[in-house]
This record gives sequence, C-alpha cells and structure tokens, in this order.
Amino acid sequence: MRVIVPLQAVVQGRGGLVLGSLIPCALFYFLQFYLRRNRPSSSSPPPPSSASGSNLPELASIPRSLSRGLLSPRGSFGPARLSSRGTAVVRDDDNPYYVGLKRCADDPYNRSINPQGFLLLGLAENRLSLDIIQDWLVKNWKESLLLDDEEEELSIQGLATYQPYDGSMDLKTAVAEFMGQVMQGSVSFNPSHVVLTAGATPAVETLGFCLADPGDAFLVPSPYYPGWDRDIKWRTGVELIPVPCRSTDNFSISIAALELAYNQVKKRGMKVRAVLVSNPSNPVGSLIDRETLCGLLDFVMEKNIHLISDEIFAGSTYGSDKFVSVAEVLDAESFDKSRVHIIYGLSKDLAVPGFRVGVIYSYNENVLAAASKLARFSSISAPTQRLLISMLSDRKFISEYLAVNRARLHDMHALFVDGLKQLGIKCASSSGGFYCWADMSMFIRPYSEKGELKLWDNLLNVAKVNVTPGSSCHCIEPGWFRCCFTTLTEKDVPTVMERIQKITKSN
Amino acid sequence: MGIPGDEILSRVATGDGHGENTSYFDGWKAYDNDPFHPIHNPNGVIQMGLAENQLCLDLMRDWIRKNPQASICTKEGVSEFEAIANFQDYHGLPDFRKAIAKFMEKARGGRARFDPERIVMSGGATGAQETIAFCLANPGDAFLIPTPYYPAFDRDFRWRTGVQLLPIRCHSHDNFKITEAELAAAYRKARDSKIRVKGILITNPSNPLGTTMDRETLRTLVRFANEERIHLVCDEIFSGTVFDGPEYVSVAEILQEDPSTCDGDLIHIVYSLSKDLGVPGFRVGIIYSFNDAVVSCARRMSSFGLVSTQTQRLLASMLGDDDFTTDLLAESRRRLMHRHRTFTAGLEGVGIRCLQSNAGLFCWMSLKPLLKDATAEGEVELWRVIVNEVKLNISPGSSFHCTEPGWFRACFANMDEETMETALRRIRTFVRRANDAATAAKTKKRWDTSLRLSLPRRFEEMTVLTPRLMSPRSPLVQAAT
Repeated sequence: MRVIVPLQAVVQGRGGLVLGSLIPCALFYFLQFYLRRNRPSSSSPPPPSSASGSNLPELASIPRSLSRGLLSPRGSFGPARLSSRGTAVVRDDDNPYYVGLKRCADDPYNRSINPQGFLLLGLAENRLSLDIIQDWLVKNWKESLLLDDEEEELSIQGLATYQPYDGSMDLKTAVAEFMGQVMQGSVSFNPSHVVLTAGATPAVETLGFCLADPGDAFLVPSPYYPGWDRDIKWRTGVELIPVPCRSTDNFSISIAALELAYNQVKKRGMKVRAVLVSNPSNPVGSLIDRETLCGLLDFVMEKNIHLISDEIFAGSTYGSDKFVSVAEVLDAESFDKSRVHIIYGLSKDLAVPGFRVGVIYSYNENVLAAASKLARFSSISAPTQRLLISMLSDRKFISEYLAVNRARLHDMHALFVDGLKQLGIKCASSSGGFYCWADMSMFIRPYSEKGELKLWDNLLNVAKVNVTPGSSCHCIEPGWFRCCFTTLTEKDVPTVMERIQKITKSN
Repeated sequence: MGIPGDEILSRVATGDGHGENTSYFDGWKAYDNDPFHPIHNPNGVIQMGLAENQLCLDLMRDWIRKNPQASICTKEGVSEFEAIANFQDYHGLPDFRKAIAKFMEKARGGRARFDPERIVMSGGATGAQETIAFCLANPGDAFLIPTPYYPAFDRDFRWRTGVQLLPIRCHSHDNFKITEAELAAAYRKARDSKIRVKGILITNPSNPLGTTMDRETLRTLVRFANEERIHLVCDEIFSGTVFDGPEYVSVAEILQEDPSTCDGDLIHIVYSLSKDLGVPGFRVGIIYSFNDAVVSCARRMSSFGLVSTQTQRLLASMLGDDDFTTDLLAESRRRLMHRHRTFTAGLEGVGIRCLQSNAGLFCWMSLKPLLKDATAEGEVELWRVIVNEVKLNISPGSSFHCTEPGWFRACFANMDEETMETALRRIRTFVRRANDAATAAKTKKRWDTSLRLSLPRRFEEMTVLTPRLMSPRSPLVQAAT
C-alpha cells in the first residue's frame, strides 16, 4: 500500500513526485543488492530442482572450447553440459599453487642435465631419504616379491582378488605400529580404529563426507594447505572458513579467534561441524603445543563439533620441540574421544606419495563404519599393501630410517633458512615439515595480495623458482611464502639463493 | 557429554546409501559365515554371487615370474624404486596409459582406437562410475538405466553424488534388449515428473545378462542421446570376456564409424582391469571420455583414487607385452567359453534355461518353474532356500531390479572346475527334489493345487536363529525408488 499510494500520488500529480521517484530508485537499488547477494557462486552447493537456470552463468565459460562444434563441418551441436561441480573445477586453473606446479613439471631443474630449469620449491615432497628405502629393498627383495613360491596364500591369487576395501588387517596393524614409532613411542594406535585409503587426499575428503552435509562449514586456522580447498570443498559442498593466525605469535592457533569465527559463521546461518588443523602445521611448520591442543579439545566439546587433526608430517620433525599428537593428549586427559579424528599417510614420512597410502584414525565407531564403506572409492592397491606390510614390519629398519631422515631434514632446513637469512629473509620458527615459511613482505610492492602475487610471478617466470604464495594458503598478512627444501641437495642451495636474490635485489 | 548418536554425523554417513542392507548382501553374509572349502568345509556355501575372473591368474603368475624387472621389488627392478615411489602426477605414468589404451584396442579386435591422453585413472570401476556421475550430473539429476542392472550402481553412481537412476524396462520376451519404445517411455516419464535426465548408463557386455549389445541398439542409443543432448556412459568392464559370437561392438566403434552423426562430447566409457584380467585387488579403474572438459575434470578428481605407481609400472610392462596380451585374451576367452558351456549344459540337464549369452563371468538363468508364487516375494523365498539349504550364493533378479520374478545370476569364473561340478551336483539334487515334491503334491488331491516346496525343519530353525538374514526391506521397494 505504502508503495502504491505515492505512485498514485505521482500519477495524480499531488506532490508525490519526490516520493514517486525516490521509491522506485530505492526499489531498484534494493533489487540490485538482493541480486548481488544471491548470485550463485561456484563454491556454494547448487540449488535443487531449478538447476538449469542457475547453472547458466557458470556454464558460459565452458562452451568456449566446445563451440568448435558449431563451426565444424560435422554439424551444429549445442554444447554438452557438465555438472556445476564439473564446470567449477575447470576454472580452477588460475590458482598459483597449481600454475606453478605445472610450469615446473614441463621444465624441471636438474643440476647436471638442466641447470636452467625451474626449481620446484612448491611441492612438499621429500627426496632426501629415498635412497635408504631403496637400499632396504635391495637387501630384502625376496620378501617383498609379488610372488612367494612357498606359500600359496601369498600368491597372486591372494593378491589379485577382492580385498577389504579399507585395507587388509595386516596392513592396518603395520601402519598402526608405524604411527606409534613415528610418534616416538608416546602413544600407541589400535589397528581396528584405522581406515586405509588411497592417499591422504581421499582420507580428508571422506571425513568431509562423514562429518558434514553440503553447506555446512569447517573452521580452519589459516594459513592452511591450499590442497584442502579442492580436497574438502569440491565434491562434498562443505565450506572452509579460514580463521586467521598472526605472525606476531608465530601463527599459532588462538581459541579466542576460533570462538569469534564460530559465532560469525553461526550468524550467517551456517552450521559449523568441525575444526580442522594440521600439526605439524602446513605451511608454517610449527607444532601445536599441549596447552593449545587441550584448548581445542575443550572448544569442540563445548560446541559439540568434531576435531580433525592432520598429522601427516608427524615423523618429519627436526627441531628441539617435541611433537605432541592429539592422540597423546586424549590418552593422558579425560576428553571425549569420539569427536577426534586423525589424518595420516605415508606420502611424507615414508616419502612414497606414488603408492597412495592414507589413513583415517578415529575413535568414533560410527565414523569408522561409514568411512570403511566409503573407502571402496579409494582403496590401496594390493601389491602395494603387500610391499608395505613387509617394509613396515621391519621395525629396526623403520627406526633407523626415521632417525636418519630427521637428521637430514634438520640439516637441510638449517642450511636453507640460513641461506635466506643472508638475503635478509626471515622465516617463521618451525620444527617440522618439508618447508619454511618465509617473510618476503619487505620485497613486495604494494603491501597487498597484488604485490605478493607480483613477486610470486617474478620469482616463477624470471628467476624460475616456484614457491607457494601465502594468499594461496589464505594467509591474512601479505608477503609470506612457503618454500620447500626437500627436493634439493646441499649443492643446489646456493643456486636457489642466487636466483632469489636476483629478484629481491631489484625490489 | 558424548556425541548424541548419529546427529553429529552427515546424512551420507548415517543413511543407507551404501546399500548393504539389501538382500544382495545378505547372501554375502551367509557366505562369510560359512564359506565353502573343498577340504576344510565341503558343505559350506559356494560363492556364486561374485563376478570375479580367476581363470587366467596362472598365466599372469607365469609372466611375472619370467619378468622380474616389471616389479620394483626385485633385484632387476629395484633401481626404478625412487622414481616410481616419488611420482604422484595424476596424469599417471605415460607408459601405463599407453599400455591401457593398447589393451583396450586389442580387446576390441583393433576395431576402435584409443588415445592414451584420454586415459584417466580412478579407484577401480567403483570410483570411475562415481567420478563420471560427479562430472556429468548435479544432485537430483537422473540417468536412465536398462533393467536388470548391476546392484552396486545404486551405490556407486548415487550415494555421494545425489544423482538418481531411473529404469528403462527390458523384458524377457525381447531377450531383455533395450527397445526404443521403452527408452522413450522412461525419458518421457522422467520429464513428466520434472526430473532432469542428464544421460543414459549402459553396461556392454551386460551385467547380469552376459549379452553383448547389437550394433542397431547401440546406434539407437547414440542417436537418442544426440537428439536429446544427453550423455551416454558405457561401462565396458567385461569387454575382454566376450568368448563367442556375435562380435563385440564398443560404443567407440559407433562413434568412430560416423563422427558426423554423433557428438563425441556426449560419449564416455568406464573400464577396469578387474574383470578382464581378474585383478580387482589392483584397483585399476579407467575413465575414457571423448569430451575434453570431462577428461580434464575427471583427471583432477582422480586425485581421490589414483592407481599406485608400483601397480602402474607393473601393468605398463605386462600390458605392453604384445605377445602376452594376445595370448592372454585368447586363452581367457577359450577357458570362459568352456566354463560357460559346461555350466549351462549342466543346468539344461535339469531343465533350467539360461538366457543365451556370449560374454561375462556368469549366466542369467530362469528358475520360474521352481517358484511357489510368480512374484517378487516368491523369488526371495526361493532364493533363501537356495542360499541356506542348497548352499549356493546366487543372486536373485530382484536385486538387479529385474521386473520379472524368477531370474537369477550365477557366477562360474571365480572357482575351479571341481567346485563348479559340486555346485552343479547340488543344483541337480535340489531341482529333482523340488520336482518330486511338486509331483507328490499334485497327486494328493487333499492338498491344494499350488506347488509347495517341502522345506526341511532345519530351515525353519535357521530363520529363527539367524534373523539378520531376513532383509528388512523387500528388494522390490528399492527398485521403485
């Protein structure tokens, strides 16, 4: 009525002219505001049955490549439509994390064969200790052969046929023991709480499917591992809400910040289902101390949500601080275990990412039941299970390997951080992982994400050094970069520093 | 203050999408509790519900023995260990992709070409089906699928994706072929219910029928997909198990014979080595799409189910051995044909008719004459007798969404000859007893005229003692959803 009356007044020319023009303008403004707020984005879950209409804005990007079909003599076909999940990923190509990796793959550095190639400091891969494992294989090749003449059960018949989807009990036992050794005996793991998957990538996605419905959220202290944006959000429809950490306290997790973020998310009408942390942290490399772990456990208990702790670098620590797993805190104190889940894998600590071995370790029977059924979409290949059972059962070897690996990591870390220091680049204090978290903010202009990406671009395309910019990790302070040092040998470090200096000097 | 029950978990985790509460899995549970072993448990349940190919594992074992360099765990192959263990590119080893493409071509007699750049890995065919569904459809969208179909599609294609499967009815009087009329009817029905159909999902060779699709039907499907602008996903997982004529026709052939009438962007193939090679434990699923965007998307999704590089390397070597793969395919077909003929002849001997088939690891048999009632309930009742009394885990047609009661799938390639003979013996005994009981019932005029199987007292006791074998839901209910 209120709208109509002024308009009526305008029509009848009775002084409603002002209102009559103001109100349509106001309406127009609010319409624009409403449309902008409700514009479908690629990260939000697609609405149910009216899918066709809302998909059109995203789909507009796809047919560009397919429109060849319209011009070709084969005939005119309209574009074949993918799902909205499908179109979302095709546009993911611009993320610096993936762009850098791709450039390096095409022209990788090799000191003797290709000294001008790209230095890959953007992939957390450990090549420092693979020789130790290879030596073990050379000495033990008979045991880990695909065939075993003496025992028919271990023949290809046993290997090739269907296995339990979440891994054989033998491998679960071996992995649980390995995890215990990795944590240096401070905690022991129960094989029946283990679900094995083909890598930590499906492990974390599976937890996403188990713990949250589409549209729900996980709180994630940032900076965090860029891969989670794809691994967790993509097919599950779960949102990741970064909870910024600050350089002033070495990017450590603040419960107060979590509390704030939780309330903000709740106000937006979303449900928080879990807190997701990495320990040792990726990309910072710091360890979460016992007090903070207790704080996290209190927090999730109070909010009745889950805690996911990605401890994939637990065996790759080298500092003076001792690593404390959330499992250790649970054992010692009387927290509710059923809301805690650990992600682990062999890609980092055992340096075998190609073999695809990931672990979900949970104290919650329902989660284990669901995850073990979901594991059918990503099971570990049988010959690999066999090889690893053999290798991990040699506890003496594993113990020696872990010790030597730690020592090598320590040395390389020290060398690298020192090298950066010479260039005036300080790193955050770190005790684990394959990387250091370097502060290059003094070299970026302007002091913003734009400046950071400009520096990243120069480093990649001019110096041919691929590092991961902090913005890919959702770091709130610009200028931080993750630099991995485990694909290098000692002799490569000066080359790296030289190339970085080329760029920093000109800034 | 613990987590109150299931509220803290997702719908995916707490729902029934995993499908393990259906009768299809009840038989598996019976087998798990009492598995047959020729020496240790000769009266146990024989597993005839698992389509696994164990006929040629000896050939593979011999090849591995002769080619130690293919494994990184041997003296000859260990020098490759570092490179292989470290390689995590989701494109996969180039040699692996080349070998898979070559093998797929060979299984189709060279009548179709496959580009190694389009080979995308996944966590078994299970993962491949799910990935394709994620790529092509949104939650709530539907795919049409001819019945009867492999029960696990309900899980693999639908569970986490939220995509629906709607049946295209096929009938025994057509030998369960897909007709254009039924296809159009299914499509129309979906449209009338305001459900968006994104594609058609077929299995060729068919599971559970064991038949290969004729060229005309494939062309019809391709034409329909083009006209309606929907996708056609072909699961060709049994393509290497075609042991008899008519000659196998892959959808790739249809596309390549006349590209102008068919938009390649709509055609996708799902494959795996689990059946042709008999290595389900290796977890090798393959998506082959003629659509660049789908290849790109599926490849990124393959991070959730990459094939172990150790396995990739072994298979690159094995499938790259041309002579070996030629011999393997030929020998595998020969052994399958022999097994199929023996089994179906044995069934025919007691009057059990099988659908004429030329592929697969199973046969589709009609036990209609043995049904008390020609209904879904009658079929389930007969099935329980066969699992619990005859001790054979065969799969009832209703679990495959077959609309006609009385059909059962029996697998015969996951056992040795003696076990198959044992299974046939048990069937013969059972059928003769059932026929005798039927005859006896007919001659006694005091009894009513319907056929009644005389069930041993043991059966009554068993159903009381093991109530979990009684599925809470009739499979027919599932077919309607």
